[in-house]
Amino acid sequence: MCGIISVIDRSRNVMDGGAIKNALALMNERGSGEGAGYAVYGAYPDFRDYYALHVFYDNLVEPKKAVEELLNKWGEIEYSEEIPTYEQKRLKKQHIPWRYFFKPDPKLLAGSCSPEEDAIINIVNKVNTQINGALIFSSGKNIGVFKASGWPEDVANFYKIEDYEGYIWMGHNRYPTNTSGWWGGAHPFNLLDWSVIHNGEITSYGTNRRYIESFGYKCTMKTDTEVVAYLADLLGRRHKLPDEISVKALAPPFWDEIDRMPEKEKKLYTTLRMAYGSAMMNGPFAIVVAKPEGIVGFTDRIKLRPMIAAESGDCLYISSEEAAIRRMNPDLDRVWMPKAGEPVIGMVKR
Amino acid sequence: MTIGSVPPKYKIAIDRDQCMLCERCIDNCSYGVFRKEDQKIIADSRKCTACHRCIAMCPRDAINLHEKPNDYRSHPVWTRETREAIYNQAKSGKIILSGMGNAGDYPIIFDKLVLDACQVTNPSIDPLREPMEIRTYIGKKPRQVEVSKNSSGDYDLNTELAPNLKLDTPVMIGHMSYGAISLNAQLAMAKAVHEVGTYMGTGEGGLHKSLFPYQDRMIVQIASGRFGVDVDYLERGAAIEIKIGQGAKPGIGGHLPGEKVSEEVSKTRMIPIHSDAISPAPHHDIYSIEDLAQLVRSLKEATEWKKPVFVKIAAVHNAPAIAAGIARSSADAVVIDGFKGGTGAAPRVFRDNVGIPIEAAVAAVDSKLRSQGVRNEISIIASGGIRNSADLTKSIALGADAVYIGTAALVAMGCRVCGSCYRGLCPWGIATQRPELVKRLNPDEASKNVANLIKGWTLELSELMGAAGINSIESLRGNRDRLRGYMLDEGLMNVLDVKTVGA
Ligand code: SF4
Ligand code: SF4
Repeated sequence: MCGIISVIDRSRNVMDGGAIKNALALMNERGSGEGAGYAVYGAYPDFRDYYALHVFYDNLVEPKKAVEELLNKWGEIEYSEEIPTYEQKRLKKQHIPWRYFFKPDPKLLAGSCSPEEDAIINIVNKVNTQINGALIFSSGKNIGVFKASGWPEDVANFYKIEDYEGYIWMGHNRYPTNTSGWWGGAHPFNLLDWSVIHNGEITSYGTNRRYIESFGYKCTMKTDTEVVAYLADLLGRRHKLPDEISVKALAPPFWDEIDRMPEKEKKLYTTLRMAYGSAMMNGPFAIVVAKPEGIVGFTDRIKLRPMIAAESGDCLYISSEEAAIRRMNPDLDRVWMPKAGEPVIGMVKR
Repeated sequence: MTIGSVPPKYKIAIDRDQCMLCERCIDNCSYGVFRKEDQKIIADSRKCTACHRCIAMCPRDAINLHEKPNDYRSHPVWTRETREAIYNQAKSGKIILSGMGNAGDYPIIFDKLVLDACQVTNPSIDPLREPMEIRTYIGKKPRQVEVSKNSSGDYDLNTELAPNLKLDTPVMIGHMSYGAISLNAQLAMAKAVHEVGTYMGTGEGGLHKSLFPYQDRMIVQIASGRFGVDVDYLERGAAIEIKIGQGAKPGIGGHLPGEKVSEEVSKTRMIPIHSDAISPAPHHDIYSIEDLAQLVRSLKEATEWKKPVFVKIAAVHNAPAIAAGIARSSADAVVIDGFKGGTGAAPRVFRDNVGIPIEAAVAAVDSKLRSQGVRNEISIIASGGIRNSADLTKSIALGADAVYIGTAALVAMGCRVCGSCYRGLCPWGIATQRPELVKRLNPDEASKNVANLIKGWTLELSELMGAAGINSIESLRGNRDRLRGYMLDEGLMNVLDVKTVGA
C-alpha cells in the first residue's frame, strides 16, 4: 500500500504546499511512518535556468568535498545552501539535505545531442554509486523534491513545505515492503525533469531494470519506482514519444484488444509492444509521472491499485482516494475513475 | 590375448506364470532380444538397450527388466563405464558413439534455481479468471519507435517492423532431421506445432514433400553439409536457421550412417542412397563472423528479406561474444544449444564432456547483449536439456525469448531415452528409417501427445507467471529477480545474476 496525490494547475497559477500536506496526511492508513515526500514544480523561479540538485549528506566533510569537486569539474555552482529544516519530535534527522543551483558546461560533452542533461545524469549516477555518504535525490530545473523517513505531516513540517509554491505538486505516503524505510527510498523519485510517485509493486522490475540499464542508466535506489523515472526519461526525452504513446508502451493494451483494432492502430500497438516489451510494467501499480509540461497518471493493465481523478477549473487532481482530493478542494467539477491502463493527462496551457 | 566380452548391462526375466506365449515381445524387439524355444520365451539380455518396447507391449506384464548390478570389482575411479569404454576401444580402435543427451553426472543448474511467488504485497494473478499473455514474437525488434501526429490528431507510425514469427506459446520444437528421425515422427510434430501455434525445425535433412502442408510452421535449417538446400527449400520455410553448432557435439559436424539414408531420405537430402551423410565441422564458406554475416544477408536476399534468419550455436564458454557478433549481423535470433542437448549420434566423449550448461549460457548471453545495448534487437532461443515447464519458465527468466525442445517431444511420442538412436533400430518408430518400424508410430496419435505436452507446459507456465504476479511473458523475460539460487556457488550465482534464497 501507499498513498499518492498529485495536482496541476493548467494555467500555471501557483499553490503553496499546505493543502497537499493535509491531503496526504488524510491517507495515513496507507503509510507506516517510514517515508513521505513532496515534489513541487516551479519551486525556484529565481534560479529557473539552473539545475537544482538536492543532496542528502551523511556529514558535511568528505562526501560534500567529493560532490563539490565533481560539480566544479563538470560546470559551475551558482549558489548552494543547506535546505532549511525544522526539528520534529517524531522524525530523526538522518541526513543533512543540501541544495545546489548548478549549470553544467555543455562543451564537456560535445557530441551528445543533449549535453546538459547527459552531464547531469552522469553526475547523479556517479554520486549515487561512487560517493559514500551522498545521494542526489532531485536534479531538475525549477523543481524540488523534499522527502524523508517519517509521517507525511512530520516530513512536511520538517521542510516547512507550505513555504514552497508551485503549479504542480506531488505527495507520497509510503508503506514499504520491498526495501527498508530509508530517506533515499521515499518518493517522489526524480531525475532531471521527471518525478514519479507510485503505489504498488512492479513485478517486472527485474526485466525493466535490466532493460533500462542497457541504455546506460544505473539503478541505485534499491526500489522499483526509480526505473519508472528512467523509463519515462528514455521514452519521453530520448525516444521522443508523446505522453499517450509512452503510457501505451509502459501499460499496453492486451493482445486481444490489439487484435481487434483497426489495421492502422493495430500496427502501431503491435510495433510498440514488440519494441518496448521489456519496458512494459507488470504487477499492481498506480503511478503519476510529472514533468514541467504536466502530469500523467496511469494504473496497471488490470487495475490492481486504486486511482481516482478529478477536475476543478484549471486544476486536475490524481490520487489514491477521492477523500484526499476533496480535502484539497471540496468543490470539484468532475470526479472519475479511469480505466485500467488508461492515462490521465494534465498539461499546462501554452 | 583376448579381452573377452563385457557383461550385459540389463537383465531381462520373463515371468513364466504370466507369459501366454503371444510372441508380441519377439515381434516388437528390433534388437532381436527374444526368441521362442520349447514353448518358452527366451531373452538374450546382452542385446537389450532398455528401450522398453517389449514391456510396454506385453499384454501380461510378464517382462521384468533390471539394470544389471555392477559385478566388476567396485572402484570409485575406474567405474564400469570407464572400464567398458577401454575394453571396447581396445578391441575396435574407434570413436565410441552414443545417442541422446549428456549422460555425465553433472549437477543440473535448473534444479538449483527456485521460482518466486507473490504473497500479500502484490496479488497473484489467477490465469483461469484473468488474462494471461504468453504470445511471443521471435525476430528483430526496432530499438525505438517513431511516431508523428498527423493533421487529424492521431498518430502515424514511422517505424517498419521486421518480419517476426508469432508464437502462441514460447515452446518450439528444435531441429531433428529427416534421416535422424522418421518421417512419421516429423509429421507428428509438424501437426502438433500447427495445432498449438508454434514452430519446429526441419534439421539439416531437407523438407520432405509430405511436410509441405505444414511448411508455414517449419524453420528450415542450413547446416555445414547443406543437405537438401535449394531456393525452393528456403522459400517454403517460415524462417531459416543456420546451424553452426549443436550442444551435444560442439565443434564437430554430423554423421548420418548410410543405413539410415533410405530412398526417400536420399531424395530429400539430395544425396545418393545409402551413402553416409557427413556434415563437415565448419561450414566451408564460414571462417569468421564476417562470413557468417554475409551468409545471413545472402539468405535474406535470396528470400527478399521476408523471413527471419536464426543462427544456432552450441553453448560454449565464449557464446556471449559470439552471440554479440551474431546480433550485429542481420540475424534475427540466436539459438543457444546447451551441453545436455540430445542427438541421434555423437562421439560419446563430445556428448559427455564438451560445452557448457544452457542455464549459464543463456544468462551470460543475455547479460552480454544487454551490456552492449543490443539485447532488444535479437531474440534468444534456449535449447538443450529443457525437461519440463519449470525449466522453460526458468530459461525465460534467465533471458530466453523461447525454448526449443527435442528429447521431450520424442518422449511424448514414446521414446524411452534408451540412447541407441544411432543404430537406426528405434523400436518406437522414431529414430529409424526401417519401414516396418516407422509404421509403428501413428502420426495422428503421436501429434496429439506432442500437442498435449506443449499445452500442458503452457498452462503450467501461465500458472507460474500468475503466482509471480506477472500477466505477460515480456515481463518474465530476463526477470532474474523472480529466481533464487538454492545451494549454488557464488561464482555461478554471479554468472546467473541471481540472488540466493533468503536474500
Ligand atoms: S509379450 Fe509378454 S506375454 Fe507375450 S510372449 Fe512376450 S513375455 Fe510372453
Ligand atoms: S528415439 Fe528410439 S532409439 Fe532413440 S532413445 Fe528414443 S527410444 Fe531409443
